[in-house]
Amino acid sequence: MVKKKLVLSFPEKIVTKPITYKLVKEYNLEFNILRAEITPNMEGRMLIELKGDKNQIDEAVKYLSNTGVSVQEAAKDIIIDKNLCVDCGACTSICITQALTLDKKTHKLNFNKDKCILCELCLDCCPVSAIKVHI
Amino acid sequence: MAKTIEEINQKIKSGEVVVLNAEEIIDYTAKKGVKKAAKEVDVVTTATFSPMCSSGAFLNFGHSDPPIRMTKVWLNDVPAYTGIAAVDAYIGATELSETEGMKYGGAHVIQDLISGKPVKLRATSYGTDCYPRKEIETYITLDTINQAYLFNPRNAYQNYAAATNSSNRTIYTYMGKLLPRFGNANFATAGQLSPLLNDPYYRTIGIGNRIFLAGGEGYISWCGTQHNPGVERTAGGTPEHPAGTIAVIGNLKGMSAGYLRACTFRGYGVSVFMGIGVPIPVIDEEMIEFLRVKNEDIYTEIIDYSVQRRNKPSYGKVNYSQLRSGKIKINGKSVQTAPISSYSKALEISNILKNKIKDGKFYLTSPVSPIPLDEKFKSLDILSREEL
Repeated sequence: MVKKKLVLSFPEKIVTKPITYKLVKEYNLEFNILRAEITPNMEGRMLIELKGDKNQIDEAVKYLSNTGVSVQEAAKDIIIDKNLCVDCGACTSICITQALTLDKKTHKLNFNKDKCILCELCLDCCPVSAIKVHI
Repeated sequence: MAKTIEEINQKIKSGEVVVLNAEEIIDYTAKKGVKKAAKEVDVVTTATFSPMCSSGAFLNFGHSDPPIRMTKVWLNDVPAYTGIAAVDAYIGATELSETEGMKYGGAHVIQDLISGKPVKLRATSYGTDCYPRKEIETYITLDTINQAYLFNPRNAYQNYAAATNSSNRTIYTYMGKLLPRFGNANFATAGQLSPLLNDPYYRTIGIGNRIFLAGGEGYISWCGTQHNPGVERTAGGTPEHPAGTIAVIGNLKGMSAGYLRACTFRGYGVSVFMGIGVPIPVIDEEMIEFLRVKNEDIYTEIIDYSVQRRNKPSYGKVNYSQLRSGKIKINGKSVQTAPISSYSKALEISNILKNKIKDGKFYLTSPVSPIPLDEKFKSLDILSREEL
C-alpha cells in the first residue's frame, strides 16, 4: 500500500467528463481530493492523494494521461524557516486543515506536512517571511 | 507582611532571592495559598514579545569634517526624522524604504544595526556658515556611531482587542491577515505573562524602573502614548479593553536581534517585534492576588476590523484561555484563532530575566514616579477653529 500526492490538470474539452470515479472502480484506489478549482479559462486543477497498490497507481496514472489529463507529482512543499520563525502563531488561524498549529506545551510552531493541502493561504501572512514555498 | 525593594535587593545580593515567572506563580499560589506565596516568593518575572509599531531609535552620528547640519537623512534608503540638532535623528520602526517599500523599513534598519551590519547613511543640507557641508554619504555600524538608543513611545499594551472580519473579502491589517466571513480571529499580548496585566494598577511598575529591553537593559521612561487606564475592569482589576501602556528607553548597544525583530504585515506595512521583560517585586499579599492572574481571568473584546471606522462593532468578550485554544465562537460559528504575539518568546524572556535576578546580575528599582491612573484617551475630531 502506497500513498502519492498528484496535481491533475483537466483541459477544457474534458473538464465536464466524469473521470476521477474510475480510480476507485477500475483501479481500486482510495483517493482524497485535497483541493480542486476550475480556472476562468475553464481548466480544472486538482490536488489529489491516492492510496493503494503501487502497480494500480501506475496504471491509473497511465489511464489519466491517456484521457488527456496532465499528471504531475505534487513536488511543491511549504517550508518553515526555523531560523526566521519567532513562533508567534499568526499563520495558525489561516491554516484551514490545521497543518500549522502551536504546540500546547512548548508554544512553538508545529508543521504537520501530511495535513498540508498546499492552499498557500499562509504564504503572505507571516510577519517575518519565514513561510516559503519550495518548488 | 510587606517587603521593600531594598530587602529584595539584599536577597538578590546574598543569593537567597526566590524568583518565579508569571506562569509559575499561578500554580505556586494555587498550591501554597496567597499568604505563603507572598512570604516565600520575592520576584515574579513578566514578559511579552509582540509587534509594537510605536518604536524607534534616536541616533547621533557624530560630526563629519567639514561638518553638516543634516536636514534630510536616509538610512539604507529609509528616511529618518532630523528636525532636531545637526547630527541627531530619529528612525521610526514603521518608516518605509523609498526603494524597497514594505519589504524594508525603520525596524529593519534598527535590527541591522543591532546585528552589527553596516548601514548606509545619506544626508543633505542647505549648508550654513557653521555647517558648510551640503551632502554626505557614508557607512555606519553600531560600533562606529556616536550614540544610538531605542526610545519607544508606546509599548507593552495592557490587553488588546481580538480582530476578526465580517466582510466578504480578505483584509490585511496590523492584526494580520483576516479571512472573509469570520474566517479567523487574531489576538495580541502574552496574556497571563504580560507585564501590565500582572500589575493592573501599576503599584510597582512606574517611571524609572529597570527592565529587560530587546536583550539589553532598558528603563520605563513615561507612561506610553494612548495610555488609557480608566477602561472597564473585571472584579480582579484586569482591564477588559486596551488600557495602560509604557514608553521605554535603552541603549541599542547590548541588544540582540533575537529579541527585536523587524516584521512586515502585508498590506499594512512594517512593524517590530519587541521583547520586553519586567520584574515585579512581591511587596505584599495583594501583589500575589494580581500576579496569580491566569488566561481564564483575562477577557478581551472581539472587534470587527472590516468596519473602517473609529468605533468598530464588537462581537462580545472572550478570555485568553479560549483564544489560546485555537477556536472561539462568534455568532454561534466556530472560528479559528491565532496570536500575533509569541508566547514562547515571552516565556523565554521571563526565564532569562528570572535567571539574571537569581544570579545577582539584575537588581530591582522603585519607580521614581508612578504611572498615572487617571489619564483619558482623547479622540481626534475634525473641527473648525470656531467649533473648538
